[in-house]
Amino acid sequence: MNSGQRIVAVAGKELRQLSRDSVTFGMVVMIPLIQLLLFGYAINTMVRDIPVAIVDLSGSVAARVIAEQVRVTQVVEIVATYNTPAEAEAAIIAGDIRATLVLPHDLPQRLAGGETAGQWLVDGSDTMVGSALLALRSMPLKLEAGTPPGAYSARHPTFEVALFFNPERRSEVNVVPGLTAIILTMTMILFTSAALVREREQGNMELLITTPIHPLELMIGKLIPYVFVGIVQITIILGLGRLIFDVPLHGRFIDLAIITLAFIGASLTLGLLISTLARTQMQAMQMTVFILLPSILLSGFMFPYDAMPTLAQYISELLPATHFIRLIRGVYLRGAQASQLLPDILWLLGFTALMLVIATKRFRKTLD
Amino acid sequence: MTETAITTRGLSKHFGDLVAVDAVNLDIPRGQIYGFLGPNGSGKTTTIRMLCGLLTPTAGDVEVLGLEIPAAAEALRRRIGYMTQKFSLYDDLTVVENMQFMARIHGLPRQQANQRIAELLDRYTLQTMRGRRAAAMSGGQRQRLALAVATLHSPDLLFLDEPTSAVDPENRRDFWEKLFDLVDEGKTVLVSTHYMDEAERCHQLAVLETGSLRRQGPPAQLMAALDQRVIEIRGADLRRVKASALQLPEVQSAAQQGMQLRILLTADAANGAIERLRQQLHYPSLEFNVTRPSLEDVFVDCTQGDALR
Repeated sequence: MNSGQRIVAVAGKELRQLSRDSVTFGMVVMIPLIQLLLFGYAINTMVRDIPVAIVDLSGSVAARVIAEQVRVTQVVEIVATYNTPAEAEAAIIAGDIRATLVLPHDLPQRLAGGETAGQWLVDGSDTMVGSALLALRSMPLKLEAGTPPGAYSARHPTFEVALFFNPERRSEVNVVPGLTAIILTMTMILFTSAALVREREQGNMELLITTPIHPLELMIGKLIPYVFVGIVQITIILGLGRLIFDVPLHGRFIDLAIITLAFIGASLTLGLLISTLARTQMQAMQMTVFILLPSILLSGFMFPYDAMPTLAQYISELLPATHFIRLIRGVYLRGAQASQLLPDILWLLGFTALMLVIATKRFRKTLD
Repeated sequence: MTETAITTRGLSKHFGDLVAVDAVNLDIPRGQIYGFLGPNGSGKTTTIRMLCGLLTPTAGDVEVLGLEIPAAAEALRRRIGYMTQKFSLYDDLTVVENMQFMARIHGLPRQQANQRIAELLDRYTLQTMRGRRAAAMSGGQRQRLALAVATLHSPDLLFLDEPTSAVDPENRRDFWEKLFDLVDEGKTVLVSTHYMDEAERCHQLAVLETGSLRRQGPPAQLMAALDQRVIEIRGADLRRVKASALQLPEVQSAAQQGMQLRILLTADAANGAIERLRQQLHYPSLEFNVTRPSLEDVFVDCTQGDALR
């Protein structure tokens, strides 16, 4: 009898405290509400509008007809045309396009002979994108009004598909580099978001702000140790990825280091900004989760960026993880160099600087 | 160079509807221990925070060591030491690590810092626990460490916010000895307390109550102002005597202290009040004596008396 009363007392107290922590209370409602709407709309396992290029070596009418028929499948969106397969490959490595359709010189003869019309060169580093393009392998071609669809057999598919970077379509190859983005997002933001809040909660802050320390000195000093934490973590993930899952580094180590540091910087400073917003470590943790969920689901880690609706892509572009996933897949799987991936690198560096400035501006050496 | 360390005029702080500090005028001389005496919530901490630039006053002017505050708060930070009410060093760092950290934050050169730390370990008898983590120290030890850190950069002015609240009487006495040593070196110390015995040791005192400054002056002078107004009554059945006494217009307060009842007369009670008391309190064998006012009487007079008037 007494026991029931005590349980009710504890539950009532807990509820009262929860309702007085406006951030926590807000998160209770906001996390399911916003994130469900966001992901419900954004997550689309049906891959569409993959950006591709056409390399037409034949210059024939048939090539234009084929390009049009490929376009109307809506699986791909033709965003560029290149003159040589080499140019198209470079664009794939740089991440500008996901695949290119190469139509050979003798295209009209091949079509007449019922042979394979052309070849898709596909970036296989995202397995879902790879699968979607593989489906084009046996798409029917209708060359002239009235003629029946080409009779292509398994021996002569419509297109050949060459999956670059991950020919066996192993999901580990796709997942391991992407996982670095998720794990670093989680730990980097979590560590720093609690950093200033902890000093405030434990009372250290009041002493610290009566010293001549400049907010920027405090911020940078707080971040430096976590840069090393981040480096240790990424070394573990990629090291194990190599040893256990056999995911080798195709790019150069220096490029990997550059993009990783840019991403660590962006995540740490984002955590720092949260640290100036949250009043308690509990709030800091919830804000971290609020960032982490879209970083997992909208960054291209689980579902292809190309398959998302435009609005979701805008949100995705705001997340450091999105840019890093592009970068690390580029460097790690496609062997891209930092110079080919400048937009995403500059975005991360700009984000880092912006977050640091806002966090420093928000941090006041007063208790007002 | 002025002889005043801190001057405030009309210093006020409002938190929403709450008036935490209400138009306080202070003149705190250099080279003295100046006490803030007041109960919890009287505005002591808020005032100290405004004086060191941690809180922006709602109204009023503040000048500390010749600097306009809060405008020149950054320049002031090099010249003050602050000991917060709650222990604010790092629990998971050792004594020496805490000191080294704060020395670097204050920008002391390494050589000078090490020398200063050695000196302070000695002075505040922390030598034997230099490698101990702050979390594992007693209240008195932590407080000595906090004072050592507050004085690391040899500041001219020290703000100590209830420094002895977690400390036993023995350690409190030692602590005050250290404060007098600092004053001998020409430092100014501003200390807040709610202990009467500590307040009595200050050179000057400000009595704060609900954000207002009620009295300011040397403790002896504040007590002398109550001369002839404190009466001790000895006898039986003091609880009933107290109840009757509180009915009388000239009695401001009555408090039982062991075997006696301590009566504080109102300011306008004329001479001979003791006779009137004797006549009006019809209890057998009561003994009446005028006694020396204590700081507690001053405090009661400030808090209750002002409210009555």
